[in-house]
Amino acid sequence: MMTAYERLQAARAQDRPTSRAYIEQLFTERTELHGDRKYADDPAIIGGIGYLGEIPVTFIGIERGRDLQERIRCNFGCPMPEGYRKALRLMKQAEKFHRPVICFVDTSGAYCGEEAEERGQAQAIADNLLQMMGLETPIITVVIGEGGSGGAIGLSVASRVYMLENAVFSVISPEGCASILWKDATKAAEAAECLKITAEDMKHFGVAEDVIQENFDAFETMCAEIKARLLADIHELEQYAGKELVEKRYARFRKLGIFGETK
Amino acid sequence: MNNIVGMFRKSRNVLESGGITPTVEEKIRCPICKSIDTKRSVAKHKMVCPSCGYHYRIGARTRVKAICDKGSFQELFTELYTENPLSFPGYAAKIEDAQTASGQQEGVVCGTATIRHQPCAVFVMDPQFMMGSMGSVVGEKITRLFEYAAEQNLPVVGFTASGGARMQEGILSLMQMAKTSGAVRYHSDRGGLYITVLTDPTTGGVTASFAMLGDIILSEPNALIGFAGRRVIEQTTKKKLPDDFQRAEFLQDCGFVDAIVPRTELRVTLERLLKQHERRKGV
Repeated sequence: MMTAYERLQAARAQDRPTSRAYIEQLFTERTELHGDRKYADDPAIIGGIGYLGEIPVTFIGIERGRDLQERIRCNFGCPMPEGYRKALRLMKQAEKFHRPVICFVDTSGAYCGEEAEERGQAQAIADNLLQMMGLETPIITVVIGEGGSGGAIGLSVASRVYMLENAVFSVISPEGCASILWKDATKAAEAAECLKITAEDMKHFGVAEDVIQENFDAFETMCAEIKARLLADIHELEQYAGKELVEKRYARFRKLGIFGETK
Repeated sequence: MNNIVGMFRKSRNVLESGGITPTVEEKIRCPICKSIDTKRSVAKHKMVCPSCGYHYRIGARTRVKAICDKGSFQELFTELYTENPLSFPGYAAKIEDAQTASGQQEGVVCGTATIRHQPCAVFVMDPQFMMGSMGSVVGEKITRLFEYAAEQNLPVVGFTASGGARMQEGILSLMQMAKTSGAVRYHSDRGGLYITVLTDPTTGGVTASFAMLGDIILSEPNALIGFAGRRVIEQTTKKKLPDDFQRAEFLQDCGFVDAIVPRTELRVTLERLLKQHERRKGV
C-alpha cells in the first residue's frame, strides 16, 4: 500500500499524463476553443468540443504542460481568473447546445499572485461554483493528478466525480498545512496522512463516486475504460431533465460534511 | 504614562472603596493612530476609533448587537456541533480553546432579525473563533440559513470574516464552498436578495464562495479581502506588494466591491437597501 504522501508524489510526477493526453485519447474531431471573451486566454485551462464516441461533448482540462516550455507557458497548471471564466463560458455554451461537460482536474492550486487577485481569482472561482451548481447539462469531473484546493473545486461541481488511483484532492497542500500547523514544511508526509487526501478517502467521504485504476503503460486501454464509463454515465444522466440534474447535483453536495446534531 | 493605571480593569483601590461607582475605566489604544479612549466610548462608536475611524475586529455577538434591532435577533441552528471527522490531531482541543476564548460554539452565528424594522435572515462569522474558518458546521449553518430564508421569503444579510476553509476537516471543508454556493443559488433562484458585508479579514475559500456571491457586496473600510494570503504571494512572486493590496478600497477599484460603508452607517444603508427590494415577488 502506498502512503498518502507517496501518492501525492505520484500525482505530481512530471512524466504523468496531463489533461491534453486524455483529451487527445478520449475525444475525436476536436476543436479547441480559446479565451474568456473578457480579458484573455489562459493556457492553464484548455477546452473545446469533440466527440466522445458518437456524442458531441465539451471538454475542459487544467493543463500542467508536457515539457518545460509548455509548463512555463501554462503556469505549471495554476489557472488565472480568466481560465475559470473561460471554463464557465464553455460550460454555458455546452448547456445551450445540450452537450455534456467533461472536466479534467490537475493543479496544485489556482494561481497565487498579484494580477490574479486584481482580476478576481476568488470571484471567478465563486462564480464557477454557483453557475456549475445550476448548469442544466451533465458534468463529469475526473481528477487525474493533483486536486489542489479552490483551484480544483472550481471545476469539480459535477454530477459525478472520479479519482484516478493515485490522484489526490486536498483543502491545502500538505506542505502548507505542515508549515501552518507545525511550523515545519518537512512534516508534509505526516500532514498528507492527517488530511486524508487519497482517492479512496474521497470515495469514503462521498466526494468521489469511484476510483479509476491507473495503467499508464497501457494508456490507450486505460482511456478506453474511462471512455466506456463516461458514456455509460452520460446515457444515464441524459435521462433526466435539466432541472432534475440541477436538483441532483445540489443534493450530491448538500450532504457533504460531518457534524453532530442535538435533538 | 498617567493612563497606565487605566489599562487595568477595576483596580484594587476602587473595589476596596466599596460601592462607589468606579472612577477608573478600561481604556484601549488605537493600533493605527495610537489615541487612547475609554473602551466604553469606543464601544458606543460600534468599536470604531473615534479619532481615525479604524474598525476594530469584533466578535459575532458584538456584531449582532451593533447591527440588529434590540431584542430582534432569534438564533437558529444552535443544535449543530463540531465533530472531528478526520480524527485530526489536536483538533478537538483547538475547538475547545476557541469556544472558551470566543464564548461561541462555532465560527458563525445565524438567525433572523430586523434591521431598523426590516426583517431579514442574518449570518455573522466570528473572526475570534479559529479565524472564522469554515468547516462542516459553518458550511451547514450557512446552507440551512439560505434554505430557511428561501422558504420564509426573507433576504439574507451576511457578515463574512474568515481565514478560509478549515484545514482540520480536510476535503469536507473544501466541499463546504460548493455546498454554500449551491445554497446561495437556491435562495437566489427563488428571488431572494443576498447582501454580503465583507469585514476584516475575508480570505481564502470563503471569499472564493459565498462572500463573493452577494447581489450586493458591501465592505467595511480597510478590510482585508483576498484569495491567497499576502505573505504567500510575496514568497511566490518574490515581489513586495503595495500597502493597500487586498484592502477593501483596492477591491473596489478592481471592480469587486459595490460600496464601502463605515460600520457606523451600516444599519441605515442596510435598511435602505432592504426597503428598496421589498417589492420583489418571491417564491
